[in-house]
This record gives sequence, structure tokens and C-alpha cells, in this order.
Amino acid sequence: MIEPIEQKIDQRNLNTINLGPTHPATHGIFQNVLQMDGEIIVSAESTVGYIHRAFEKLAERRPYNQITPITDRLNYCSSPINNMGWEMTVEKLLGVQTPKRVDYMRVIIMELARIADHIICNSILGVDTGALTGFLYIFQEREHIYEIFESICGARLTTNIGRIGGFERDFSDVTWKKIEKFVENFPKALGEFERLLNRNRIFIDRTVGAGAITAEKALNYGFTGPNLRAAGVDYDVRVASPYASYQDFDFVIPVGKGGDSFDRYMVRSEEMWQSISIIKQAMAKMPTGPYHADVPEFYLPPKQDVYSKMEALIYHFKIVMGEMDVPIGEVYHSVEGGNGELGFYLVSDGGRHPFRLHFRRPCFIAYQAYADMIKGSMLSDAIITLSSLNVIAGELDA
Amino acid sequence: MGVSPDIQIVTAPEGAGGEGFFATSLDKAVGLARKNSIWPLPFATSCCGIEFMATMASHYDMARFGSERNSFSPRQADLLMVMGTISKKMGPILKQVYLQMAEPRWVIAVGACASSGGIFDTYSVLQGIDKVIPVDVYVPGCPPRPEQILDGLMRIQDLVQNETLRRRESPEYKALMNSYGIE
Amino acid sequence: MESNNADHIKIVERLKERFAESIKDAAEPFGMLTVSVERKDIIAIISFLSKEEDLGFAFLTDLCGMHYDTTDQLGVVYHLHNMYSGIRIRIKTLFPKSNPEIDSITSLFEAANWQERETYDFFGIIFKGHPNLKRILNMDEMDYFPLRKEYALEDGTRTDKNDSMFGR
Repeated sequence: MIEPIEQKIDQRNLNTINLGPTHPATHGIFQNVLQMDGEIIVSAESTVGYIHRAFEKLAERRPYNQITPITDRLNYCSSPINNMGWEMTVEKLLGVQTPKRVDYMRVIIMELARIADHIICNSILGVDTGALTGFLYIFQEREHIYEIFESICGARLTTNIGRIGGFERDFSDVTWKKIEKFVENFPKALGEFERLLNRNRIFIDRTVGAGAITAEKALNYGFTGPNLRAAGVDYDVRVASPYASYQDFDFVIPVGKGGDSFDRYMVRSEEMWQSISIIKQAMAKMPTGPYHADVPEFYLPPKQDVYSKMEALIYHFKIVMGEMDVPIGEVYHSVEGGNGELGFYLVSDGGRHPFRLHFRRPCFIAYQAYADMIKGSMLSDAIITLSSLNVIAGELDA
Repeated sequence: MGVSPDIQIVTAPEGAGGEGFFATSLDKAVGLARKNSIWPLPFATSCCGIEFMATMASHYDMARFGSERNSFSPRQADLLMVMGTISKKMGPILKQVYLQMAEPRWVIAVGACASSGGIFDTYSVLQGIDKVIPVDVYVPGCPPRPEQILDGLMRIQDLVQNETLRRRESPEYKALMNSYGIE
Repeated sequence: MESNNADHIKIVERLKERFAESIKDAAEPFGMLTVSVERKDIIAIISFLSKEEDLGFAFLTDLCGMHYDTTDQLGVVYHLHNMYSGIRIRIKTLFPKSNPEIDSITSLFEAANWQERETYDFFGIIFKGHPNLKRILNMDEMDYFPLRKEYALEDGTRTDKNDSMFGR
């Protein structure tokens, strides 16, 4: 049990340590300048922006269907969730209702991406406490998820999956077989990983009490996602404002009590079990029907039509050249990303590219609290807290 | 004492051998030793870093190429693997890490962002790390598949094997370093 | 404001009753209640929305900046969320670019701290009362505010790309 130690600090004896931008334990590049009294952290100052890639300005230059690849690079551990969120935002602006089959396919892909993200966070948390074995074994499951994504869209990591209105093609038989095999084998692998860490004396001693945050403080800091649920608040965008037919599925939201690193680890672990259950439900009641909505201005028509019908040719030309007409207005849509509520605030002036696109990035908002969370704790606890917050540098800086 | 046919051993370089000895040039022997024990410094900044983690994991094992020990300390690393976008804010830090590495050192730019800025032709992204440090191998891709990263590593291995021992003191190398402002 | 949503109508009425001269406009684009306000009472308005029992917008979802170059105005957009009832509200303030100052709401929500810094970094909007208003994502030495519409996306000093080939 780790408790922050309160003692009189003699200001003259503080040590300044730079937990610099390049550090093996910071997963991504952000800097923290720590004032330490021996082993206890007295204060911390964070600097971010080392991978600022100007997504918001870049989005003002690109037409709507060309923004999906840059949303990939936000939280790149679970890029399909970002892609789907963006596509749903544009569909909200256009007023398009996607068919049920599209929704269920989206749910399967988003839950697979959520599992991939949580695998990284939990296994790297294990690595930071010294447990390398779990990382090596569970990463093999990520390879299987990558194979599924590759059979759908051709890419492993930065997927650019789906189109505005649905999917470019139906899932093939190979994809269905891979998903079934994954759903069958993953519980065993996850069970093995959990048996390594969940009741491990050393892991529990390292993580319980490290970086605890109360629910009121977490809400004030704008936390969402597993970080907030570990503090005790059961807010999940999938349940609060359902999208993509999430209301059809039956799943529980795991909630922690103390808001410390062990709770965050357990919440993520349980969420993986819930994701597998959701995927099973989606596959069991998969509806038949079209795999895209009827929006010819945004959706590439089939090639036979492009070569034979005039309207299809014109739509194809306009979509590829990025000339598309959208209604004027502003819309905010959010999805439950791997780290919390990923929001897209889109302001359109009717032109071919957004007037303003703002990403509400959960990592950026949650990382503000880091300096506060590690005050009074030891340096090794600060490392564990950082790992368990799952801060992805791409989403932090955008 | 014969070697079992299913054990792979490294092919010996050109030289003359006999009962209990083998003579070759020092370049070739050192090159052979160095190429199979490159210790990389993973400088992973963004998405390519996740593909690097997949390369390091058990499926596409990078340790079979000798890169078992990833060194996060520049003083103990041979190969600087820059994976991901480098912004202008990060450029001086990258240069400082490069300067702290001891000779002989190699640099591999993994991914489109490290090679040329990638899809981020923006005000804040450095358009390629060869603006600040000299690069030996560029691996294109966004992100490159683990097989491509391993191919890049194998090209570095070719460079390491065929490098002459006096290269780092030669005037051309010094001119290259001076062009980057490195003494 | 015409609306079918009784909750939205009630919220707008409460706001207009309390801040009659600051509320400029209320609408419901795509189902989200959007209220345009004057900047002078912004702390009072957001505090009212978050602290009143029956309004309860106690969660700050988002804070971002805007630049309208046609009217030469900068703006700040706040998204608030009432987690119990699920209602979201968007508060927009606009002010001239020549005087880009507005009060900071870090005293109400800690979440606004870095988001205001980001808005300052991108648009140059000064938040009065912010504990640490300096650039966060760009380099400290940068001397312009890049997300304003008059500045280009690309870095003008780059030498390796031929603009005529890239259609710029």
C-alpha cells in the first residue's frame, strides 16, 4: 500500500529531475520537470507539443473523405474507432441513416480496436512494473486483430476503414472466419495474461494506491473513459448517447472505486471481456441488408455503373476530386474511444472542406491532471501512473 | 566434430583457413561481428513506434537479427531508429541524442514522416530528419509493415558489414558531419 | 427559438430570465442546443449553468476557438454536458479580432486550463485570469497564431517541396 508522505519540505534541498522527452517509460514524447525531495515528488511541470502535427489546420485543407486518414493518426492504437467517429460525424451533418448491418459491422470493428488498445495499455503497464512475459504473449493476439483489419481494409495500424455512409465492401468469408477464430481463442489468452498479473503480489503492491484520484476531481478535470470509470463514475458514451445501434447490445460498464492504477488496469481488463461479449452478440444477430447507406454523393459507385451510367460517372469524378456539397451548420458528435470521449466538433460552411474541425481529445484533457496526481508520490509511482493513464502522444498533441 | 545440418551458422568471410586457424582481413571480421549485434535505440514517437513494438514482439522477432537489447541510453547504442513524426520542437532533442551516441553509429529513418515529413506538410513538422542528422537508410511506409522495418535493418547490416575501419576518420565523413554542423 | 424539446425551451427561458442582455441568440442545429452570448458575463453564465440544481451542466466537454475571417471575429465555443439528464449545450461567444480578450473559466473547471492554452496558442485569444497562459503545442518562439485563416498550412521556408507540382 503506497501512501503519499506529508512532511515539511526544506525548499533548499530540492532536486530537479527531467523526465525528459525521450525516456523509455514515457510512451510517447512528453516532458515532465520534477522537483524532488529525495524520492518524493514535490511538484511537476509538464510540457507537451513535441509531436504537434497540426491536424486541425490540416483538416481545413482536405475534403471530407480525405480527412479519415488523418483521424487514424489521433489515437493510433485504436484507429478504427477514430475513423468510425469521424464518419458518423459527417453522417450526422448530412442526415444520413446507416442501415443496421453497417451499424453492427461498425460495432464489431470498434470493439476489436478497443481490445487492441487495452492490450497495449495493460501489457505495457506490466512491462513498466517489470513483467515482460505478459507483453510478449498477449501481443500475439494483436497480430490476429491486425490480420482481421488487413483482410477488411488492407492496412494493419492506420486503417482508414469504412466510408462515409458505410463500408466499401462487405466482409469476406475469410474475415468472418478470422473473427470467429479470434473470439474463440482470445478468452484463453486473456485469461493467461490475467493469471500472471491480477493477483500477483508484486504487481498489486506496485499499482494499488499509485496515482489515485477522486471522482469529483476527475470530473472537474474532464476525465472520461476508463480513467473516470476507475474513479467510480459510470459514464460511457456508448450508453449515455448511443450511436451505431449500441443500444441493441447487452453489456455492463465496469467501475472501480479508488481511481488508482490498479483500478484502471482492472477496468480495462474487464472492458476487454465485455468487448468480446459484444462481438459475439453482434455476430449472432447480424442482420442482412446493404453494407452502405444510399448517399451517392459521398460513396463511390460500383465500377460497372461508372462505365455505363452518366450520373455514376459524375459522382465518381466529384468524390475523387473532393468536390462535395454538404449542408451549412455545426455538429458535435462523440464516440467512446479507447481513452474516453473522443469528440468531433465540425463547422461547415457548405464548401468542399470543413470550415473548422476540432477534435476533443481525451488524452490531452486527462494529462492535465498528471502533475496534480503525482504530487507527494515517489518517482516509480509516477511512472506507473503515467502508464496506467494510457496517454497516447498522437492524441495528446494532434 | 561436425555441425548438424539443420543448424544455421553465419557464412565465413573470404580468407584462408586451415587446421585450427582462419585468416581474413580485420575489416571483414569486425564487420561480421558488428552486423550481428547491433543494439538499437528506439526513438519511437508515433504510429511507427507501434509497428516497431510489433516488430520487437514474438511474431516478427527482431532479436533474431542480433538486436536483442534495446538500449534507451544513447551512450550504449549503435543504431538510432527514428520512428515517427519529428516536429520542429523535437528536432534539437533528436540532434542531441544523436550527438551523444558514440562512433560508429548508424541512423535509420522509419516511416514516411521521418524520411520526408510524410502526409504532414505543415508548419510544425520537420520535413524529414535528414534536415538535422545524417541518415543511412530510409524505410518508406505509413506505417511500414514489420517486414519492411526488418528489411531496413538488414540493409543497415549490409552497411555495417561492408564499412571500412577508417571510414569515420576520412575527410568525406568529416565533411558530411560539418554539413550538419556537427564537429 | 422554435423547438420541440421542452427541456431546451426551459433552459433558454432560465438563461434569458437571468442574463437578458447577454443572450444574443438560441438555436438547435442538429439537435444540440446552441446559445450565443456576449463575452462580458461568460463566467457568470457558465457558473449559473453548472451550479444551478435544475440545469446541472457540471461537466465541461470541450473548449475551442474559432476564427471567422469574413466578419473579422474570433470566438470561443464551450460544450457543456449534464451527465444525469444527458443534455448537452453549446455556448458560443464572438468578439472582434482587434480585442481578443475573454475571462478564463479555470476557476470553475480545471479541465479548461490546457484547453484555453491551446486556444491561445492557435488563435491568440487572451484569457484573463488564466494561471499560466503560454503556448502549449507550438514552439514558444513562434510569433504568429497559426490557425487564423490568413496563415497558410505549410511552412513557407521549406526548400524540398516544389509548390507548383503540389497544386498550391
